Amino acid sequence: MSTIRVLVGTKKGAFILTADGLRKNWSVTGPHFAGWEIYHVKGSPVDPHRLYASQSSGWFGQIIQRSDDGGRTWNTPGSSAEELKGPGEFPKGESNKFVYSGAAGTHKWYDGSQHPWEFKRVWHIEPSLTDPDTAYAGVEDAAIFKTTDGGKTWQELSGLRQAKGHLWQPGAGGMAVHTILLDPQNERRIYVAISAGGAFRTDDGGQTWKPINRGLQSPYELPDPDAEVGHCVHRIALHPSRPEVLYMQKHWDVLRTDNAGDQWTEVSGNLPSDFGFPIDVHAHEPETIYVVPIKSDAEHYPPDGKLRVYRSRTGGHDWEALTNGLPQKDCYVNVLRDAMAVDQLDPCGIYFGTTGGQVYGSADGGNSWNPIVRDLPAVYSVEVQTLP
Amino acid sequence: MIRVVLPYHLRNLARVDGEVPLDVAGPATVSAVLEALEARHPVLRGTIRDHGTLKRRPFIRFFACKEDWSSEAPETPLPDTVVNGAEPFLIVGAMAGG
Repeated sequence: MSTIRVLVGTKKGAFILTADGLRKNWSVTGPHFAGWEIYHVKGSPVDPHRLYASQSSGWFGQIIQRSDDGGRTWNTPGSSAEELKGPGEFPKGESNKFVYSGAAGTHKWYDGSQHPWEFKRVWHIEPSLTDPDTAYAGVEDAAIFKTTDGGKTWQELSGLRQAKGHLWQPGAGGMAVHTILLDPQNERRIYVAISAGGAFRTDDGGQTWKPINRGLQSPYELPDPDAEVGHCVHRIALHPSRPEVLYMQKHWDVLRTDNAGDQWTEVSGNLPSDFGFPIDVHAHEPETIYVVPIKSDAEHYPPDGKLRVYRSRTGGHDWEALTNGLPQKDCYVNVLRDAMAVDQLDPCGIYFGTTGGQVYGSADGGNSWNPIVRDLPAVYSVEVQTLP
Repeated sequence: MIRVVLPYHLRNLARVDGEVPLDVAGPATVSAVLEALEARHPVLRGTIRDHGTLKRRPFIRFFACKEDWSSEAPETPLPDTVVNGAEPFLIVGAMAGG
């Protein structure tokens, strides 16, 4: 029987939730990196024992951690198990060096002036689909870095910031590359999303990038509502069988594109609010998507105090509320952009974490939900591994 | 020998218990102590001072002999009592909420 491993990043450490394919009885390990902010933990698709974690702190900055045994032990890359054997052996990793390529340049600041780029932290790590030693890191201030040595060293793909980076502007949460999608059918195509820069695509492995924001409308955030860049894209998602179809949760609006981002169409339909953060796609139904509506940009909690996942089986427009097992009164948590994921089993499992520290799981495509854990620190990210 | 005291999270990161004893070549300054510390524990690079600029991170403080050395020039010689190990050199996470 398969094993499901849910990797949870929180405000005060990482947790690993494990169950068999029935997804009823869960074991919990952690906190890993206790007391540190864990923005993201993700496993390699080609080596599920290989995990990467982004560990950071307002005091001590950025650390990259790596596990080669599914999260039982961790090292900063560059500190091999052999190097660490015996007393007196210390971690030798220096994997936290994220230096912008060339002159750092400037971007738009809150007051409209230009402000120098400054590295703050890694928001998201996306391991390669083919090589466990290759991964991409989306960072704040917004940029993308790549490692090809298992996280020991990182180099910026600086072409992204040439895509009108001087017009990108931080939102309330900062200015970061928070989403990286690798095209499983074209290894040279990568999508990223930036708050608040928009969505971007490379077709040459990361050397050059172009904005893909046509069709986005941001009348309350931008002086030019359909500007080429500057939109506050919260999340994009794709199904591996149709990587040219993308779904987007923007600051306001849920959208889709059927041509790799060349043109977007709003599909918010009958959602009670089209503001929100995460969006994800069913593992086996490319037109089935999930969002968690949030009341507004001013009030980051579910409408009416009811935590509802909304599912569309038609790729948008028509949405149904999924409430079975979720709190339907007095619930005022948020679900952050990287805090929803799906497993690969049939029926498909859906998982999401809240700023109140709950991680909910559904083993039936969203029809019913159960809390796996209730009292973690605020959840920043949720990823799922489906192990044979 | 200089005795360096690390904050809790950096002790865990570097996997050390208690103080870090360091032999510092040449004049014992804040900069020289940090050089020796990072040479022995490369995992600490970037956590106390920035990569490249070597500027102290904003929420890091240096204390010695009941004095705040955080804003002293990095090449200022440390007190003799720190250099001879009678007093420790403390690297501290600044008071801040969270």
